[in-house]
Amino acid sequence: MSQRILDHAGLSALFKALAQGRKAFVPATVQGKATWIPATDLAQADLSLANTAFSPKNFFFPQSECLMRFGADPAQAHEPMQPAPGLDQDLMLFGLRPCDAKALALLDRIFGQDPAMLDPYWADKRERTLLVGQSCPAPCPVCFCTGVGGHPFGTEGLDLLFTDLGESFLVEVISERGERAMKDLPMDAAKAAAGDEPGKKDLARREELKNQAEAALALDPANAPDLSALDKAEVLDLYESPLWERLAETCLNCGACTFCCPTCHCFDIQDETKVDEGRRVRNWDSCMSALFTKHGTGHNPRGRKLDRVRQRFMHKFKYIPIKNQEIGCVGCGRCVRLCPVNIDVRQVAAQMNGQAASASGGQRP
Amino acid sequence: MPFKKDFSPYVPRPATLKEKKKLSELVTLFTFELDNGKALAHRPGQFIQLSIFGVGEAPFSVSSPPDPSKQTFELAVRKIGAVTQSLHAMAPGQKVAIRGPYGTSFPVLDFVGKDTLFVAGGLGYIPLRSLLHYQLRHRSEFGRIIVLVGCRNPQERIFTDQIEELTARKDVEVLETVDIPDAAWKGNVGVITTLFPKIPIDPTNTSVAMVGPPIMYRFVLAECRKLGINPNNIFVSLERKMKCGVGKCGHCMINDLNTCMDGPVFRYTDIEAYQEAI
Repeated sequence: MSQRILDHAGLSALFKALAQGRKAFVPATVQGKATWIPATDLAQADLSLANTAFSPKNFFFPQSECLMRFGADPAQAHEPMQPAPGLDQDLMLFGLRPCDAKALALLDRIFGQDPAMLDPYWADKRERTLLVGQSCPAPCPVCFCTGVGGHPFGTEGLDLLFTDLGESFLVEVISERGERAMKDLPMDAAKAAAGDEPGKKDLARREELKNQAEAALALDPANAPDLSALDKAEVLDLYESPLWERLAETCLNCGACTFCCPTCHCFDIQDETKVDEGRRVRNWDSCMSALFTKHGTGHNPRGRKLDRVRQRFMHKFKYIPIKNQEIGCVGCGRCVRLCPVNIDVRQVAAQMNGQAASASGGQRP
Repeated sequence: MPFKKDFSPYVPRPATLKEKKKLSELVTLFTFELDNGKALAHRPGQFIQLSIFGVGEAPFSVSSPPDPSKQTFELAVRKIGAVTQSLHAMAPGQKVAIRGPYGTSFPVLDFVGKDTLFVAGGLGYIPLRSLLHYQLRHRSEFGRIIVLVGCRNPQERIFTDQIEELTARKDVEVLETVDIPDAAWKGNVGVITTLFPKIPIDPTNTSVAMVGPPIMYRFVLAECRKLGINPNNIFVSLERKMKCGVGKCGHCMINDLNTCMDGPVFRYTDIEAYQEAI
């Protein structure tokens, strides 16, 4: 893994160089909201922002995305059913946090878990987007990545990772794509962004910051929910927990958590028609909605609010682990911040674990 | 992540409506043919996604059996929502589009050499018909074929002429019932479980295939338990609101299972513990 030390000018030069031939996006505050904006200069970015209000999943799985087009004339409607074209240019996200990158890596497995059914829309954007992450020396108060297998300096899903050491930046090449991107830099830009080999002091500083971040996360015991019993627990031990009744009493089923969540990926498919053409789109959908599962007959397999609250947490902490061997939550803390009735996923997970532990303690044969 | 850029699992194949046959006031049998001239190549119990552009897409079980001599396939559809309303308004020659076949099927080899008990509640006859007619085509491979058909009322009975033909056959045992009879109805009255005592079943050598409204399953399963049928030999097909059909959109999840890929046909013992399933 190659590492470079760059000063502020060097990082800006690196950004500019990588942005050549790519449409670049950086985190910034727009109308009081932390969001992603297109940028041509790193000066437009606010790299101090802990986390954008919405996760960057939108870049790969847009809230509304065209799957294909068709003619509105019924006689021709079925002739050209070409999938919507992919990206017209490569992208770069610069300043992505490790939790969001980890979420993208998880979604890679979900959208591609069956090679025959690989989702080409997701795969195209992922293939063509360079992910430059930034580690989190100062995690925000509701982050808990370490509690769910992540790390503020985590590299999963990233191509490059930089760490703000104060006076300088440590840039690390993570993936093959990252290595290619660094190799392909234009000559003059490469020079400006070449930097130095990191010295012992730099690496020690990185280690120090990393320990600081871990210590900051450990300050709040809520950040490290004990999830040790979840893995071995039977689905039913958790499914029948009285926890869900209590949660359903507070949950509004508003769906805010599902929309801000970097790993929520449920979608609906709808047709839209105009006068002379139509398109089939997929839109983000939410398991919090009763319509999500309602049949044409009126029957609803998940008809109660309780069923839907349970589905969200069980999906994250039990079903995704069964299917994909890892927890479906990356600990970004967005839903903790956004929930209007203060449902805290850390507490829910801990309570699920408690339920699992007591169930495996011999209550069941 | 290698993938073929020109292939999207969400893009359907054009198909043409060949025939329409009314089965009841709300249910019509539609015969389709794929425009690429190929057979659908489905297995009994699988489903497809049917598109009517501008209206939407909805999942339907294939009702016809796999038949190498035929290019066409059949769907029996109740008029109930947007897609089904406009499908019912279509005339032969008009175009739809098809994705699939998707999902699991009834494991026909599991039924070979055994008696088969079909339990069809209401529209549940539609997917079961695929397996039933498959078995009839290979009649000698299977033991007794017992078909229990239940309907809310005589007006809602479907495939009545075919069921009449089956009743006339010596090698198929058919029992029908309706929940609410009318003046003309001469047959059995009562829910489908009331048919169980009327026919001898060998629990040691019977496989069950059941499809019906959600309420039906637990009662029929209780009857099967009473008879002592091995739950390993019971197969159910479950209805969920599949959207993508390829295990991604989340709509059809039953706990950790995606009904579109892990189902819709389940061996009962695989979902027995899942309360959300039945």
